[in-house]
Amino acid sequence: MTESGTTQPTVQEIIAALKDKPGALLPILHGIQGAMGYIPAESVPDIATALNLSRAEVHGVISFYHYFRDTPPGKHTIHLCRAESCQAMGAKQLEEHVKSKLGIGFHQTTADGKFSLEPVYCLGNCACSPAMQIGKEIYGRVTADSFDATITTTEASA
Amino acid sequence: MSITIYVPCDSSAVSLGADRVAAAIAKEAATRGIDIHLVRNGSRGMFWLEPLVEVATAKGRVAYGPVQPADVSGLFDADFTQGAAHTLSLGLTEELDYFKKQQRLTFARIGKTDPVSLTDYVENDGYRGLKNALSMTQEQIVQAVTDSGLRGRGGAAFPTGIKWKTVLNTASAQKYIICNADEGDSGTFSDRMVMEDDPFVLIEGMTIAGLAVNATQGYIYLRIEYPHACEVLNAAIATAYKEGYLGDNIQGSGKRFDLEVRLGAGAYVCGEETSLMESLEGKRGLVRFKPPLPAISGLFGQPTVVNNVISLASVPIILDKGGDYYRDFGIGRSRGTLPVQLAGNIKRPGLVELSFGLTLRELLYDFGGGSASGRPIKAVQVGGPLGAYLPEAQFDTVLDYEAFAAIWAVVGHGGIVVFDDTVNMAEMARYSMEFCKIESCGKCTPCRIGSTRGVEVMDDIINGRNLDKNIPLLRDLCDTLLNGSLCALGGMTPYPVLSALNHFPEDFGINAKATAA
Repeated sequence: MTESGTTQPTVQEIIAALKDKPGALLPILHGIQGAMGYIPAESVPDIATALNLSRAEVHGVISFYHYFRDTPPGKHTIHLCRAESCQAMGAKQLEEHVKSKLGIGFHQTTADGKFSLEPVYCLGNCACSPAMQIGKEIYGRVTADSFDATITTTEASA
Repeated sequence: MSITIYVPCDSSAVSLGADRVAAAIAKEAATRGIDIHLVRNGSRGMFWLEPLVEVATAKGRVAYGPVQPADVSGLFDADFTQGAAHTLSLGLTEELDYFKKQQRLTFARIGKTDPVSLTDYVENDGYRGLKNALSMTQEQIVQAVTDSGLRGRGGAAFPTGIKWKTVLNTASAQKYIICNADEGDSGTFSDRMVMEDDPFVLIEGMTIAGLAVNATQGYIYLRIEYPHACEVLNAAIATAYKEGYLGDNIQGSGKRFDLEVRLGAGAYVCGEETSLMESLEGKRGLVRFKPPLPAISGLFGQPTVVNNVISLASVPIILDKGGDYYRDFGIGRSRGTLPVQLAGNIKRPGLVELSFGLTLRELLYDFGGGSASGRPIKAVQVGGPLGAYLPEAQFDTVLDYEAFAAIWAVVGHGGIVVFDDTVNMAEMARYSMEFCKIESCGKCTPCRIGSTRGVEVMDDIINGRNLDKNIPLLRDLCDTLLNGSLCALGGMTPYPVLSALNHFPEDFGINAKATAA
């Protein structure tokens, strides 16, 4: 018997709904992160029990994939592309601007909890480099000015 | 009569404001009492013109672009709904040079149709390949694909027909078709365009693959970075089930094929087929040893076809028009067409589908129009982050798998990233090592440790420390990665690193040092 986690019902519902799929772990992790924004450490024992895995195995999968996170993100997550096509169009300078504008580095969240910044290696928007994504919205030909305007709008829409 | 206006829903077009343009057009038409039928089509792939608005006229579809919401009122004033002239007029879409000069087989419908409309798909030659396949034996389907000469478009260029034949001939109660939609290569977006702009062609291709090898379950392993593709695929799959194109009785044939989208989670290495299967099984995406080949023992230990999006999306036209039809395009052992993607610092970025055989120079200048910055093109990287950097002296290389192999480069997934003369190639080599370090699955030592050491050596080189020692050390390290890595991530990182070093030694401080000595 593993110790039982103190997880919210939503995690239990997601596990119950998906645990019988072949290769259920990634769908479950996506389900939890989709609902909560991250994968709380308390959910790991429950996932492990449901899938007959060890907690170490579940943790190993969470830590392997860049997308999964075990801490709550800011209200908006900005994915800024660092890949070659965007670099060819000034992504490095844009990255410096974004970091100084937000006052954070990659994998960090602003003190007011509004924005998290993550690097991404290609959004498939290479014909409109440099590119970024905020939530599910994708932006092309991003400049320092258009970035500032976008985060102002994003903040206002929240 | 209602006027049909097209505004793309492709995410690159949306990233440039297509949704706002569509909303502005709908609002303006309502205000002016003009009856329009607004269609959200796929993109024509001419991204410097996006958002590209088209109006259906008696002469054909007339294009306007790039259109921003502020332009909409002026377009209505100029009577663009009748195809009238405006400063943004481009003329008939299909007469535009960039589009007209292409040979679109796999991308035949893309940009013309509403991606999630099954009616549009069927009316534009969709599901004709499946219809033929349902009247053929499994051996005949595999033979048609073999005859077409189709080679894996993901990058490895393995003959698709041979892969299918192996799976067909391996007895098992359960087999799988996996679509590798983990398109992580920078400079590539053709998979994304197929999934967002013509999802049924992928569904049809996978269904045919299932029929051919007796596989009843398909998975599309889609990267998380493509949320729009995920929505479109799921919508199209739901429609295909409803209309009997998926499920337990495909078009009344009694044959079964089920299909599901599974999301990756931001690991580049999961584009490697064995790592992808580990991930689908719910594990860390660690690369497997080969053999056994996935075709013999793949997903959950069963025979599995793993094909790239473009490979699978090319199957319907092969089954529709025959293997010979497809094979008659192309040169040498590179048959058919390749959807090339022009990206990075280029004036006219976009999707160019053509037979193999064009030179890089024609693609970069005739289609691409040179660099976006107007400065000279210094280097291009072909085939993603594991592809070689090519200097101007190699721009006459013909797009052909063997011609690229001969100059120690790869065609890969057909992405071309352009850099102007402001790029520092030593920095790019460092980035290649850094990328390998970030994305290494950690299973094999050359890739896991070699990439970290590679970043350190590159830092020393960039800072001009001990070049006499560090340049040979970098070459030695690359030799270890090249020959000792388990998969292409470690095994091909030396391509960009060494090609940068060999073609642009001055950026590594080598010439400068020779002069000083």
